[in-house]
Amino acid sequence: MSAPTEWQANISKAFSNRSFVIGLIITVLLLLMAIVSLFWTPYAVGSFDILGKLKGSSSAHWLGTDHFGRDILSMIMVGSRNSIAVALVSVLIGAGIGVPLGLWAAARGGIIDEALMRFNDLVFAFPALLSAVMITAVFGPGAINAIIAIGIFNIPVFARVARGSALSLWPREYILAARASGKGIARITVEHILPNMMNILVVQGTIQFSLGILAEAGLSYVGLGSQPPMPSWGRMLFEAQTMIGLAPHMALYPGLAIVITVLGLNLLGDGLRDVLDPKMRRERS
Amino acid sequence: MLNYISKRVLIGILTLLAASIVVFIMLEIVPGDPARLMLGMNATEDAVQALQQQMGLDQPLLTRYFSWIGGLLVGDFGKSYTYSVPVLNLITERIAVSLPLALISLFLSTIIAIPVGLFSAARRGTLADSGTMGIAQIGVAIPNFWFALLLVYVFAVTLRLVPAGGFPGWNAGLWAGFKSLILPSIALGLPQAAILARVTRSALLDVLGEDYIRTARAKGLSRRKVLYRHALRNALIPILTILGLQFAFLLAGTIIIENVFYLPGLGRLVFQAITQRDLIVVEGVVMLLVATVILVNLLVDLSYALVDPRLRGRS
Repeated sequence: MSAPTEWQANISKAFSNRSFVIGLIITVLLLLMAIVSLFWTPYAVGSFDILGKLKGSSSAHWLGTDHFGRDILSMIMVGSRNSIAVALVSVLIGAGIGVPLGLWAAARGGIIDEALMRFNDLVFAFPALLSAVMITAVFGPGAINAIIAIGIFNIPVFARVARGSALSLWPREYILAARASGKGIARITVEHILPNMMNILVVQGTIQFSLGILAEAGLSYVGLGSQPPMPSWGRMLFEAQTMIGLAPHMALYPGLAIVITVLGLNLLGDGLRDVLDPKMRRERS
Repeated sequence: MLNYISKRVLIGILTLLAASIVVFIMLEIVPGDPARLMLGMNATEDAVQALQQQMGLDQPLLTRYFSWIGGLLVGDFGKSYTYSVPVLNLITERIAVSLPLALISLFLSTIIAIPVGLFSAARRGTLADSGTMGIAQIGVAIPNFWFALLLVYVFAVTLRLVPAGGFPGWNAGLWAGFKSLILPSIALGLPQAAILARVTRSALLDVLGEDYIRTARAKGLSRRKVLYRHALRNALIPILTILGLQFAFLLAGTIIIENVFYLPGLGRLVFQAITQRDLIVVEGVVMLLVATVILVNLLVDLSYALVDPRLRGRS
């Protein structure tokens, strides 16, 4: 839909947006860290060094070592893969199921729309964390079940966003024109409605991605996320808890990793919204 | 107005009913037979069957569902498999920790966030505004359990001002009980305050752009008066929505925070019950939390009508 000139304008606008630029830099660094960890980490995450345990920062171990003498920087690097994978796949689940549901409800209206809204009410009635704990407890702890648990709660979020923006698009003139030219509801949805809401979906995706990282950390912290020996930021914090008096650095760095990651994604989302969503832009200016 | 209320109430009841079915079915597929778990590995088949019969586990699914839901309606939550006491007793005992915790956190987050939001909105575009919102942006990104660990390190381990965890019980005195809820409440409430402050600010800014605000200013009202009398009142709808959502979040957030501080609250109860396969306790607590969420959201919906007279006419 968008002409190349509009894209160019958007891109130059994006790079003059402070939130977007900071968020983009943090997010790219996070992804780089995850990619680098596939080939190289300062130490192997499985290498124990009991004599060198609970050490603070040094030139050998930039972020110190944990209670088994493992290198904390290496564990944070490898743990980022876990956070990204869980959050990303649960966003894809939420969008993959939620968006079609929302589009369908908006296109059909009536009973289907009402049913979707009530389904949303039902899912929202369950505090997300409580249900994630329940789901992982029922099906067993682990990364896959954490993904499912977080993904389920992304479904109504995407369904609501897609439904809302589709409803605002249907009365537009170009949609009426498409209908008049004899195109069916499904075809109009795919050709005209969906491309015009991609901006909003991308922004929502960024927000849910950062919420997913927080949720995964919470689940791992209570022992329901990915299991050892795979390092995860949440479990690093759990292990740090009993050592808090002896080695506070064990709690500091994994937490900072979470905060910086979530902050970066939120800034990226805010920046994208400013640039891509004309409605929000008007309200803010 | 009446139409609006009755529709919201009806939806609330139906949602609760649907939720009960979901909870029941979900826990029905949990692997592990409670009767066998209770009796241990060495139990004879006869003993297991006898206990199953006594617990009503041999009844068909539908019968069990209706007897459970019928019990809930008259306040009978069943009897815990592991503690052998009525679930209701367990819940009332634990709620004495979780409810104060959630309420203090909500209170903290509100009294911090609304003034901060007002402050920022009134100074929009200034250094003070971007500084405050920068801090809020960081606050949103902080996981509450990590914040809890930092608080424990600073105030309990290093300064020794408050206990690092545990709960002496309200019998030990109001202050002793309150003292052990201070850090957990801050850990839960502050990150929420960051979210609420951002919502308050943007809701106020939306309202400040409206024509009636310009009219109010034009007729000579001071900036401050416009902000408090007109803007804040009209910005209440998004603020109330987030407050309602936050209460639900805080109640669920107690699951993790209670684990950090070893507090004997609802969150820890449900967590332990899940690991011990004490399904009847899990069902009871989850239904109670879900009912609370639905009730709070209903109250928020109804308060819209009080705040915004335009909604009263709508059905």
